[in-house]
Amino acid sequence: MSFIPAPISRFFHRTASPPHFYTLADKLLPWLTVLFLLLLIPGLYGGLVMAPADYQQGDSYRIIYIHVPAAWMSLFIYVLMAVMGGIALVWRMKLAEVMLISSAPIGAGFTLVALVTGSLWGKPMWGTWWVWDARLTSELILLFLYLGVTSLYGAIEDKRSAARAVSILALVGVVNIPIIHYSVEWWNTLHQGPTVSKMDKPSIHISMLIPLLLMAGAFKVYYAIAVLQAAKLELIKREPSAQWVKNLLEQNA
Amino acid sequence: MSLENFFAMGGYAFYVWTSYGITLAVLLWNLFAPIVQRKQLLRQLALKQKRAQQ
Repeated sequence: MSFIPAPISRFFHRTASPPHFYTLADKLLPWLTVLFLLLLIPGLYGGLVMAPADYQQGDSYRIIYIHVPAAWMSLFIYVLMAVMGGIALVWRMKLAEVMLISSAPIGAGFTLVALVTGSLWGKPMWGTWWVWDARLTSELILLFLYLGVTSLYGAIEDKRSAARAVSILALVGVVNIPIIHYSVEWWNTLHQGPTVSKMDKPSIHISMLIPLLLMAGAFKVYYAIAVLQAAKLELIKREPSAQWVKNLLEQNA
Repeated sequence: MSLENFFAMGGYAFYVWTSYGITLAVLLWNLFAPIVQRKQLLRQLALKQKRAQQ
């Protein structure tokens, strides 16, 4: 990393060292929890109570407030994992490996939520729980990629080699992300087109858009909280006999 | 809007509330499973350390 100025390089090494990161996570978590609730409560109230029913879909459309943010998170977390995979492969940075592997179950959770809520929304609106539509199929592949990362990591004994393997898997799997994103435009089948991200003007009323964006923010902050908790566990698992873990045990005792 | 109307969700109560319920369950699981596991692991490590010292 000689091309990076020394103070910046030192900052990264310090922040990325396990004990420092563990302390930092503990400092951040209460603030993130407050921020999460500040986004979640008005988001839920706005979406479930304040926003009017949809003129075509009635109240069933209220599933959008979890379905769309969960689907966004399922893509966002995978891209983040690919970035961490790249960093882990190039710089052999332990923290990137830990963050990658800690993100996988959370990403799988959001993907599952997107699929299940989509199914529960599809049944009353489309008349079917599932179709092999391009959007649904590519999202299902994403779920398998997430589960693949977790099981591949678990299957390899040496955690440094396991991390290299999952980094490569995360990077290769990223080709699925644009496929999911553009699937509704490339193959115009059952899943409806984008509601929010249209460049000119989102086809959604402001009273519905605001709670949707609040919920999207809440899910992002939830990810930050959950990934920090998972990373704290993974760091201890990685080096249970390190000095900083011993210090931690003394503090707890 | 009455509370009854709110829960009825215009006849879509099953679909809407099942969606929200499953989401809540998945998010809670992913948040609390690592916390519980970490506490267990720390307890095991503390026990091991104590035995080693004796």
